[in-house]
Amino acid sequence: MSVEVSALRQDWTGAWSIARREIRDQLRDWRILTPIAILTLFFPLLMNFTAQQAVDFVTRYGAPVIGDRLIPFLLMVVGFFPISISLVIALESFAGERERLSLEPLLATPLTDSQLYYGKMIASLVPPLGASYLGISVYLIGLIFRLGWVPSSQLLIQIMALTTVQAIVMVSGAVVISSQTTSVRAANLLASFVIIPVAELIIGESLIMFWGRYQILWWIVLALILVAVVLMRMGLRLFNREELLGRELDVFDLKWAWMVFKQAFLAEAGSFSEWYRGLLKHVFKRMRVPIILMAAALTLAYILGSHFAETFTLPGELFQGRAYNQDWLEVLTAFGLLTPAGAAKIFFINARALLLASLLGVFTFGVLAVILLMVPVGLIGYFAGNVALAGQSSFLFLEALVLPHATLEVPAAIISGASILQLGMAAISMPQGSSLGEGWIRAMAEWVRVGVGIVIPLLIGAALLETFVTPLIAVSLLAGG
Amino acid sequence: MSRITCEHLCKRFGDFTAVHDVTLTVEPGEVLALLGPNGAGKTTTIRMIASILRPTQGTASVAGYDVVTQASQVRGSVGLLTEHHGLYTRMRSLEYLRFFGQVYGLAPELAEMRARSLLELYGLDQALGLRLGQYSKGMRQKLALVRALLHEPSVLLLDEPTSAMDPASAHLVRSSIEQMRNSQRAIIVCTHNLHEAEALADRIAIISQGRIVAYDSPQELKKHLIGDPVMELKLGAPLDGARGYLPDGLELISAGETWVRFRTPNPDLTNPQILRTLHSLGIPVITLSEIERSLEEVYLQVVRSGLVGED
Repeated sequence: MSVEVSALRQDWTGAWSIARREIRDQLRDWRILTPIAILTLFFPLLMNFTAQQAVDFVTRYGAPVIGDRLIPFLLMVVGFFPISISLVIALESFAGERERLSLEPLLATPLTDSQLYYGKMIASLVPPLGASYLGISVYLIGLIFRLGWVPSSQLLIQIMALTTVQAIVMVSGAVVISSQTTSVRAANLLASFVIIPVAELIIGESLIMFWGRYQILWWIVLALILVAVVLMRMGLRLFNREELLGRELDVFDLKWAWMVFKQAFLAEAGSFSEWYRGLLKHVFKRMRVPIILMAAALTLAYILGSHFAETFTLPGELFQGRAYNQDWLEVLTAFGLLTPAGAAKIFFINARALLLASLLGVFTFGVLAVILLMVPVGLIGYFAGNVALAGQSSFLFLEALVLPHATLEVPAAIISGASILQLGMAAISMPQGSSLGEGWIRAMAEWVRVGVGIVIPLLIGAALLETFVTPLIAVSLLAGG
Repeated sequence: MSRITCEHLCKRFGDFTAVHDVTLTVEPGEVLALLGPNGAGKTTTIRMIASILRPTQGTASVAGYDVVTQASQVRGSVGLLTEHHGLYTRMRSLEYLRFFGQVYGLAPELAEMRARSLLELYGLDQALGLRLGQYSKGMRQKLALVRALLHEPSVLLLDEPTSAMDPASAHLVRSSIEQMRNSQRAIIVCTHNLHEAEALADRIAIISQGRIVAYDSPQELKKHLIGDPVMELKLGAPLDGARGYLPDGLELISAGETWVRFRTPNPDLTNPQILRTLHSLGIPVITLSEIERSLEEVYLQVVRSGLVGED
């Protein structure tokens, strides 16, 4: 225990040495000090004036609630503006040192990667956060004196927590970018990966605050803490002294990218059967954890769907068996089922959904992909729940309408979802020392490999079953029920 | 045990091999000069030894620590003077050195004491009030050297230590390197200055296209690569038939009316013999001296011919 404490203290000492030097350096730079001073002193006073004018205006027209909602929103804005500077500082952290050629002496010291990384993070956070807290204080003091408005302790803690965790998220993201680029210019160009999500977040938070649902802000704080943890882990995972020093140019080398992709896709297989055996081995070995997670997520979706059936119950007549007879087959044929075109359409729709899930998964560490894939399963649960509530057998419903093609479609969704999760998590789970680009390309190759070798064949089978088999089973099981 | 040992070190960046099969050792109290044209792989080799870059193949140890598995200990044992000094320009010298002292785990008082003493040694104590951005190139280089020496490392890796210095400062730094050698440090100097390498180095490794193409003491390199020493004999009277005065086995290179140049594998033996012969014949001797052959000659010959794997 004492060894761990001593190691932690040593880690902290190293990180703080870096941070302290950089903070001192920042406090000597007028280009950083001037905007901080303006945003800390002048901007809160301007917001005070704005708040007073707005409150006077809306009160005149009998809508004081708008003023009540505007003041906390401006509190958040006053806190946010100074922390935006942390982004600039963090983007410069590694790329700037590299450009000024002062990185090599630092990398040659016994400092560990985590000391360097956290030192840079702390240095980027402390001055803007200090300025932000000061700005919030100035704004609050102004409000107390001008309008006599005092925030509840909960709101104040929420705003402070949001401000802090937003700064940590921005800095974590920006330090990742800075450690992966060769110049400050390149880092600034890539900053949109941080700016756009944060801008959307601020818009969302504004809506929530105007809506008056302040409790939701706690969930946002929690989500942001998770994102910050993921980004920090990703940053440390990707941190590589060699890459920092060795990379000379940010070029997109298509030939190299293709070679890496091809190598990962083929996985050194000598024949198609060897390739396929390797793929199956990979799926059931390396993808075990994401497959379990995905299966658990889909099960949860089904349970949630059934649960919602109790809250939003559909009319029972919808589930009367007499609707499913031979005439129904003709109706289905008219809609394209029981025809090859229908099978192609179903395959296309399913493949499109998985592609969309993959795209969303890439930018959200796989989270949105999982949610998207949970939706249809949740709907099935919802209908099955409604069937049960209508006094019918939900098992029969599943057996007749879902299970025939679900025997292939659900495994396809699970494996595909697991593959997307792996792709989304590539940046935080790649082997230590790999470059971000190489890691992404390899993960992408794995995703294509699983898609081509397993998911697409399963989807084709599922589409054929859904088109030609499920309607017949449905009619035979449900007709005259 | 060698202070620095590299065995078959290789470093590849994608398809490009920057360093190929480099094997060398540096003993305590030895200076090794790494010579080679730009892009030859000197800095990459130094970075691998300093545990900044991870070798693609091969092994290396510094002060008994492995450069891959004990990188932190290696970095703590090495003083690295980088090619680009990369100082923090808003800081002052003492503040800068205090920071590095802290990073190397020195007690603040010790770091302060060493910093002041080194700054004084290198004549930077007069510039304590200046920010590093106001330093001249030479001053920056000296401060970077002070930074590398601050934690008293047992291994010094110096990349172009005198490149930006005036002659007086360069002389001072060379004297310092001599002193550090005397204090049993193992030193690698990367340089383009061949006179400096010749003056400082106990051994020289010439590196070209990532490979060590020549590796020996300066004297042995000269001997191996440009042959035995060449002597010049000047006489006070016309020489008639130079060949006749030279002992058997010596190679006559050229001769004039009153002078002769010859190559000898062992001057200690042949020169007294020649002088005795001339004296007995009554021919006055003005000088008998070795023709200066610079390391530059060796270097150019090696680099031009690319003597891969010769040594």
